[in-house]
Amino acid sequence: MSADGGSGGSDGGVGDGIDRTPSPSADVCVVGSGPAGALVAHRLADEGANVVVLEAGPRFEFSERTAQQEQHIRPGMEDPWEMGGPRDAYSTEGRHYPLNAARVKGVGGSTLHWQGMVMRLHERDFEMQTRYGVGTDWPIDYDDLRPYYADAERAFGVAGAMDNPYAPPREEPFPLPAFPPSYSDSLFAEACERLEIDMHSVPNARNSEPYDDRAPCLGYGTCKPVCPSGAKYTAESHVAKAEAAGARVIDRVPVQRLEHDDAGETIEAAVYATPDGTEHRQTAGQFVLACGGVENARLLLLSASEQHPDGLANSSGAVGRFFMDHLFAGAGGRLDEPTRQNHVGFNTSETHQFYDDTEPVEGLKLEFLNYAGPSPVIEALGADTWGDELAEQLNESYGTHVAVGGLVEQLPDAENRITLDPDRRDDHGNPVPHVEWSLGERTERAIRRANEIQHAILGELGASIEWTVGPESTGPAYHQMGTTRMGSDPGQSVVDADCRTHDLSNLWVVGSSVFPTGGAMNPTLTIAALSLRTAEALSASLSDP
Amino acid sequence: MELTRRDALAALAAVGATVGGGVLAGRYDPPRADAASDAGSGSAAEPTLSTDLLDLLDAAAEVVYPSGVDGRRTFVETYVLGRTENQPAYREGLQEAAAQLDAVARDWRGQPYADLDADVRDKLLRDLGVETAEPVADGTITERIRFYVVNDLLFAFYSSPTGGRLVGIENPIGHPGGIESYQRASMSPSSAERSGGTNER
Ligand SMILES: Cc1cc2nc3c(=O)[nH]c(=O)nc-3n(C[C@H](O)[C@H](O)[C@H](O)COP(=O)(O)OP(=O)(O)OC[C@H]3O[C@@H](n4cnc5c(N)ncnc54)[C@H](O)[C@@H]3O)c2cc1C
Ligand code: SF4
Repeated sequence: MSADGGSGGSDGGVGDGIDRTPSPSADVCVVGSGPAGALVAHRLADEGANVVVLEAGPRFEFSERTAQQEQHIRPGMEDPWEMGGPRDAYSTEGRHYPLNAARVKGVGGSTLHWQGMVMRLHERDFEMQTRYGVGTDWPIDYDDLRPYYADAERAFGVAGAMDNPYAPPREEPFPLPAFPPSYSDSLFAEACERLEIDMHSVPNARNSEPYDDRAPCLGYGTCKPVCPSGAKYTAESHVAKAEAAGARVIDRVPVQRLEHDDAGETIEAAVYATPDGTEHRQTAGQFVLACGGVENARLLLLSASEQHPDGLANSSGAVGRFFMDHLFAGAGGRLDEPTRQNHVGFNTSETHQFYDDTEPVEGLKLEFLNYAGPSPVIEALGADTWGDELAEQLNESYGTHVAVGGLVEQLPDAENRITLDPDRRDDHGNPVPHVEWSLGERTERAIRRANEIQHAILGELGASIEWTVGPESTGPAYHQMGTTRMGSDPGQSVVDADCRTHDLSNLWVVGSSVFPTGGAMNPTLTIAALSLRTAEALSASLSDP
Repeated sequence: MELTRRDALAALAAVGATVGGGVLAGRYDPPRADAASDAGSGSAAEPTLSTDLLDLLDAAAEVVYPSGVDGRRTFVETYVLGRTENQPAYREGLQEAAAQLDAVARDWRGQPYADLDADVRDKLLRDLGVETAEPVADGTITERIRFYVVNDLLFAFYSSPTGGRLVGIENPIGHPGGIESYQRASMSPSSAERSGGTNER
């Protein structure tokens, strides 16, 4: 079966007999198969382009999802997505950034692990400089992105309702009906009504009914990190569609660097390595980087050359800079009645009421959690006892928790950045990414504001407040943004409004690394909308070289 | 509180195993090291669990599960059979951990683990430090017993609807219990009460 599985074989030493040598005549080479790359690959393949996708991580078989779910629930088992080790080494400075908890390498990318809350940015997010004198404006506005948002919602199969008075304008309903509110939402609803806080549904990239050949949600409750039913959208969907349309997707082939022509004006090849250490050159007419918010910048920096000594597409010096994430803010406690948590692993109510406030100007959104407090099975597996004593302990600890979470905007700061660590190498001998990340005083103030509202809600509900995640204990929401920012001025930005690099005419970058500012909405719907828009622009340049 | 076949199947679903109906007949063959390793499609090759191993696991389950659980032995057998079917490495790890626990019982108490009184079985696990041990599949004896015996049994129990119900949740994490339960103010009647514990999944 794997006659050529050894070193130098066409399968690159994997032993699965799958050809990992370059495609002879690719029109487009996409690097990375998360949602950003998969959507571009699918659209272009569908239009007849010869597309090859190079993915650093492995393919995870769907038949293994329940076993991976067990790995998540039971202590002492491997990470279900195999993150960590020399391949994924990194270093940090400032506030620790737990990079390998914040991404997945594999066919489907980080959506294998993600939660799947998907919302549009607000109109103001595109013009924070003009409106408030902070951050920077995007070169496009909400209206430019609006049709692509609708397209992205169809691609993901978003379950949602038109009940959010604070959402930006939209004409058409969501493709799937929203998940009904939880019982605990109904408890919050009374308190919020008294406080005049509007609750509304959460758009979820999760099947509330069968959609796109995927099952409806079955209530496994482990959405993040593993959905065994396939109800949660992962970019594996669009990888499969791209392959059905003729694209070739090669796994376990991390791209090491991009190589350009003599003039340094166009990319000629992506050099990738197979597990046996062999390097291959994939040539193509157009190149799309879709490696996620850290690796996009890293690959440009790793590709430095005589003509581009500071890294590719970096004449502005902005590659790797302005690294941002959303900050988690939260508070929780207990009620003296059942709250019915941890049945499902997703949320059904939020409030975006404070998002557009100007005091502070940072966006913030609040989430009413359906998974507050411990899950009995997980607690049991880590408990120090068993038998009746354990059952008593679980009865005591489960059942009455409530919590309000939320995301807070971090404005761009050039000092937060991704560089190459000169002292550490990955499994292929490349310098690992170095993440410098800190929070400014204004971000901390915005987090305190979120806590204030959360405490008010819990207080009105009559809950004891037992924990708060504020400015000291906050952490990132795992949305890496800003490191190849989009702009119209080539002196200040890396890509243009179509996500094409200013410096190299056939190099495109997709993903949240292009966000000039990040708002406080989970980024992936915006990533998808931008990818679909980029696919259109790229397609035009294919037919008109 | 009754553990049903449905609970065992639910627990199995949570580990990605599926089991044919015939397995549930529950045949107690003499101990065979290779039992179930050659499980094929024919009925003659249906997996079985050696009596020794089943006795030991059921004896451990009596200790780690709350008291008053009926149908425990069948639950344990169904679960462990499905669990280890086509997973030779897991089965080997389980057999080894079980054998080590048995050896400790014979050394310290002069009897097989399963033959000890329940409170002695409980104490023996605690004396071994299993209650505070990390579960480690290839760790020390204590860590392996925590991983393969105690935690596997607890996982099966508390990810099943019956185990979950006992502590207030009929749709625990790991169990595909649908999207109705999270909307309800209180636990629904158990499926066993509604359907008599039949084998729909
Ligand atoms: C725990 C968690 C929860 C999340 N929840 C949400 C949520 O609820 N809502 C939301 O909107 N977002 C969420 N996100 C974020 C979301 O997953 C990402 O925004 C999204 O997956 C980014 O898409 P991408 O395609 O740009 O990058 P990724 O999905 O990260 O994919 C990048 C791919 O590129 C590959 N790659 C990297 N470098 C190379 C290389 N050199 N050569 C070849 N391939 C390479 C990687 O292996 C990876 O597969 C969450 C993330 C995490 C980790
Ligand atoms: S609750 Fe989450 S993990 Fe379970 S089926 Fe629904 S989406 Fe998947």
